[in-house]
Amino acid sequence: MWAYVVRRLVVGVVLLLGVSLVTFALFFAAPADQAKAACGKTCTQAQVEITERALGYDKPVVVQWGKFVKGLVVGRSFPDDKALEKTNPELITKCDAPCLGYSKNRGTTVNELIADAAPVSISLAVVAVIIWLVLGVGLGIIAAVTKGTLIDRGLVGLTLVIYAFPTFFIGFFFLKFMAIRWKIFDIPSYVSIADGGVGAWLSGLLLPSFTLALVFLASYVRMTRAFVLESMGEDYIRTARAKGLKGRTVLFKHALRAALTPLVTMTGIDFGTLLGGAVITEQVFGYNGLGKLTVTASNFQDLPTLVGVVLVAGAFVILANIIVDIAYAFIDPRVRIG
Amino acid sequence: MSENSQAFLTVQDLYVHFPTADGLVKATDGLSYTLERGKTLGIVGESGSGKSVSSSTILGLHRGTNAQVSGNVWLDGVDLLSLSDREMRQKRGKEIAMIFQDPLSALHPYYTVGNQIAEAYRVHNNVSKKAARARGIEMLELVGIPQPQTRFDNYPHEFSGGMRQRAMIAMALINDPSLVIADEPTTALDVTVQAQILDLLQNLQKEFNTAIIMITHDLGVVAEMADDALVMYAGRAVEYGPVREVLTHPEMPYTWGLLSSVPEVGGDTDARMVPIPGNPPSLLNPPSGCPFHPRCVHSAKVPGDLCRTTLPELLEGPRGAGHLSRCHLPDPEAIYEAEVIPEIAPEQVEERRG
Repeated sequence: MWAYVVRRLVVGVVLLLGVSLVTFALFFAAPADQAKAACGKTCTQAQVEITERALGYDKPVVVQWGKFVKGLVVGRSFPDDKALEKTNPELITKCDAPCLGYSKNRGTTVNELIADAAPVSISLAVVAVIIWLVLGVGLGIIAAVTKGTLIDRGLVGLTLVIYAFPTFFIGFFFLKFMAIRWKIFDIPSYVSIADGGVGAWLSGLLLPSFTLALVFLASYVRMTRAFVLESMGEDYIRTARAKGLKGRTVLFKHALRAALTPLVTMTGIDFGTLLGGAVITEQVFGYNGLGKLTVTASNFQDLPTLVGVVLVAGAFVILANIIVDIAYAFIDPRVRIG
Repeated sequence: MSENSQAFLTVQDLYVHFPTADGLVKATDGLSYTLERGKTLGIVGESGSGKSVSSSTILGLHRGTNAQVSGNVWLDGVDLLSLSDREMRQKRGKEIAMIFQDPLSALHPYYTVGNQIAEAYRVHNNVSKKAARARGIEMLELVGIPQPQTRFDNYPHEFSGGMRQRAMIAMALINDPSLVIADEPTTALDVTVQAQILDLLQNLQKEFNTAIIMITHDLGVVAEMADDALVMYAGRAVEYGPVREVLTHPEMPYTWGLLSSVPEVGGDTDARMVPIPGNPPSLLNPPSGCPFHPRCVHSAKVPGDLCRTTLPELLEGPRGAGHLSRCHLPDPEAIYEAEVIPEIAPEQVEERRG
């Protein structure tokens, strides 16, 4: 079991390094001039060249990537200039391992940018996953047991209609009506648990998390419905009924146990992806999460930040997958990890 | 095996129909039989002859589906079809238990075998988990599972096929039911294991005086296990009687066909296996008259168009003794002796004449 986890983690790290190299390569393939963008509009050609050297953009992609990897392992200094470090140490920014880079645009390390933004995205994702699981699985079960009735069709239809609306529309609708016009909710803003406690944190997250949850709701309702119906047709359900078990026990103990297993996989992957940032929702509600950080960084050609966010988001997805696989060994006794 | 309505189990004019988009599927179309305590009824037929449907109706498993059921099922003086869902549920697994065909798919893959057996006990007995566990282990031991203490905590996939079926039997018998319906309990098993399972069922039946309905397509199983045999075709009984009678003096060409399809170990190598031509009829739109007539090689011996136009009654034949059959042939016994026996069992011809 532990050998398996370690092996998966090692593969994950290799995968992430590959992802970072591809991100580097893609970015340099783009026609924009990194140094010019980092330096600013008023820079002279000479200043741009100095910036280029200072940021290391004059070196080949592979060399830059090598430095990036070195930074991940042992840390880096920005700019990496031994002479300057001796004369003006206050101009040097130290970045400890695992160093994700330095954003010239933001004047700070990528690690700090991500440390600020990640809690926002994680909070959104956590609250959203709870909302969509409770609603999606609950409504899916109701649809399954009322199969073919108006309730079933209504539920499946309604979630599809919601799904058809774009996220920015639902987000703006909630913001404009629920919060601003009808004042049902406070205007959402992110308050960390450390600053305002769980209550303020949660109430600030409700609307954007709900917006996010609605994106996933339709597919979870349909999947739950399908999986429950499928498992209700299994032979072991007939056995459970033949024992004289109550309908409720048959549904919740026997059918759901099997039906929810595939949902664990879906949830793990969706949740892992979401941890890397919800671009539209964060943008609409003005949350400074990883999604918004990504958008800003790509607007300003901020390569180090982009690579950092891509790497962190990738790590979340890989971790989520490993956790799902391990969880399977506990859920399904037939699965043996090794 | 009589018209006595005091029998332990009496199924009377049972109809089970399923309305579908294509029309009415008549899975069981007027089925009647009786069964006494401690006796075994073997129900034989091809897939889709209605043998499983009629039996799960006894257990009330059709409830909650769109099945249209009519008739009576009397068990120990109680009409099961008129019970409320709750009353039926209380009998299920307690007075009537079922053993299914494929024990791997019939057991829940995520729960231990012991958990599932103990659950069957706890539904009907208000006992602690510990007591249910003790009872479960006792049952596992009874059905011949070695090291029941540790086996109790294994998952179904950790059992062999025969062990799983033993566990299913333990689960079915844990509440000491008076009627057990075994739906092809040995079909999914190796031959050697089949014999063990049948032997186990017989021993347990003697011990608990259980009535058993053995659903099978294997006439060997019927010969081995049953007291009475009921041959089903297209949702109806076509031959019914004491098992010796039915197997040695069958009166219905379909039963002959079933007998001809059984290979005999150590039988005469000149004997032929004669398969029944064609396929089982559609229950949606069964053939007119006798539903077996399109596949019957003897229908020409019936005068006129009777086979095609009229459904024969289930009547007692010339040999009496409660041996009923549904056929227009005027003297089936003579045809069987003269035409069927020489083909399927030539070595018996002399013997039977003597």
